[in-house]
Amino acid sequence: MSGLAMIYIFVLAIFTGVEVISRVPTVLHTPLMSGANAIHGIVLIGGVIVLGKAGDDPVLFTLGFIAVILGTLNVVGGFVVTDRMLEMFKAKAPDKSKDAK
Amino acid sequence: MTRTDISEAAYLIASLLFIFGLKRLSSPRTARSGNMMAAVGMALALGGTFILPEMGNFAAIILAIVIGTIPGWRLAKRVKMTAMPQMVSLFNGMGGACALFISLAEELRWRDEMAGSSHAVPVNIALAESFPMLLGMVFGAISFTGSLIAFGKLQGLVSEKPLRWPGQRLVSVLLVLGILVAAGGTVTDLSLIWTILLAVLALLLGVLQVLPIGGADMPVVISVLNSCTGLAAAVTGFAMKNMSMIIAGTLVGAAGSLLTVLMCKAMNRSLAKVIFGSFGGAAKGQAGAGQADKTLREIAASECAIMMGYARKVIIIPGYGLAVAQAQHLVHELDELLEKRGVEVKYAIHPVAGRMPGHMNVLLAEADVPYPKLLDMEEINPEFEQADVALIIGANDVVNPAARTDQGSPIFGMPILNADKAKNIIVIKRGRGTGFAGIENDLFFNIKTRMLFGDAKKALQELTAEVKSL
Repeated sequence: MSGLAMIYIFVLAIFTGVEVISRVPTVLHTPLMSGANAIHGIVLIGGVIVLGKAGDDPVLFTLGFIAVILGTLNVVGGFVVTDRMLEMFKAKAPDKSKDAK
Repeated sequence: MTRTDISEAAYLIASLLFIFGLKRLSSPRTARSGNMMAAVGMALALGGTFILPEMGNFAAIILAIVIGTIPGWRLAKRVKMTAMPQMVSLFNGMGGACALFISLAEELRWRDEMAGSSHAVPVNIALAESFPMLLGMVFGAISFTGSLIAFGKLQGLVSEKPLRWPGQRLVSVLLVLGILVAAGGTVTDLSLIWTILLAVLALLLGVLQVLPIGGADMPVVISVLNSCTGLAAAVTGFAMKNMSMIIAGTLVGAAGSLLTVLMCKAMNRSLAKVIFGSFGGAAKGQAGAGQADKTLREIAASECAIMMGYARKVIIIPGYGLAVAQAQHLVHELDELLEKRGVEVKYAIHPVAGRMPGHMNVLLAEADVPYPKLLDMEEINPEFEQADVALIIGANDVVNPAARTDQGSPIFGMPILNADKAKNIIVIKRGRGTGFAGIENDLFFNIKTRMLFGDAKKALQELTAEVKSL
């Protein structure tokens, strides 16, 4: 992929990111931040590539191994926390959730 | 189709899932499915990466993923709803550290390749090659240590108060200059020392930028660091020429920045002021002076119960004090008792109540408070005039009338809840201290205001007991 193509993608993604969440109600700010937090866990992919291509170079192997652990923490923790927050919203969308205990 | 094509296709679908996931996260009905979509996208991107050519070490990759998954899952499942903000911050920091390590690895790999050739590397080429890696290291490092400090502050491990020291800004400027010098050293000299120095300075910058910021501004800080990690992921994607990383990272960087702006708007503060600090200090001096005539009027729980039990309409204003005391279930119990007596109960949610926007909604949702009873500031403000009682639980700055009237106040101009328009105001408060912003609150001295001192949980327990016995 050429450098210019990457810059195109970068610029278009900026607009998409802004456009996509521009009308979010305050209620959802925390879950949205948490969800976005999980999505930048995409760095995990980078870690996997580093480790996958490290061969037997001990330094790259170690860096990649640590990166994959950290990235996984970000991804798993991020999505699970977000899901837990949103689970609560769902339970209460209908009016009569009071007696459901 | 080659394996690379299949990977690219997986990345494309994953990117679309991230975009739709974010979109769905912006509406309450679809939010949960949005999060699921994004998670599926992540799994797809991961699968696509496994089939890239020239990959190996699969056992190690799987092992590392398992090692990361177990604590991540357990922490996320166990954490209390009140501790969500710091949890988000912690996971964010992990992402930042991940970007730091990857960028470092890419930089080293590139150097190794160069070392093979006998020609010296021209500076302009070194710069072009290293630029994304260096940027990834700096962003990753800042968000790593910054997030850890934010986590520490919210968890009570690091002082919540803004820490200040002489020459603060000068130190930051010097650090930034130092990072630039180290970056220059890295591309001209290609020695590891410079690169390590760069990382260390950036790590230090993360610590020193967040330490001076007080607890009240942590939501904004976490949001800034969140988009910082997004950017780190994006530039790392540039370094690795990986489309999914560029797209997902940039999406988060952009969405996170917008979210930060929205939050700052709600608090009527400029981002620069948050980052370079303005709360605290100055305002505190004037608070003590010239207010000798002001008295706080205390009230007993039994009397509060009578006021609320025979009211027609009560508006509850929850704040961080409610969260710290873990009293959200008690509030709901009180609310149900009052409703049984025919009292109309609503909740007024200030956009920045608690530590993160939406924090109160999440907490009250956990306690099964019906969603339609939680009203945003714009919706509820006109209703205060008809309210018999405004019950303020552990909130302070978001109801401070100084924001409307006192031009000298640091929170002047911030939209507030019009609690002072209610016929009676009851404030449940731990002590006589000021809020996070360190500003005296005139509302507490209002003739209509009664103070119920105590921890929110204990006060609410007394209050519910009294209402029951009415």
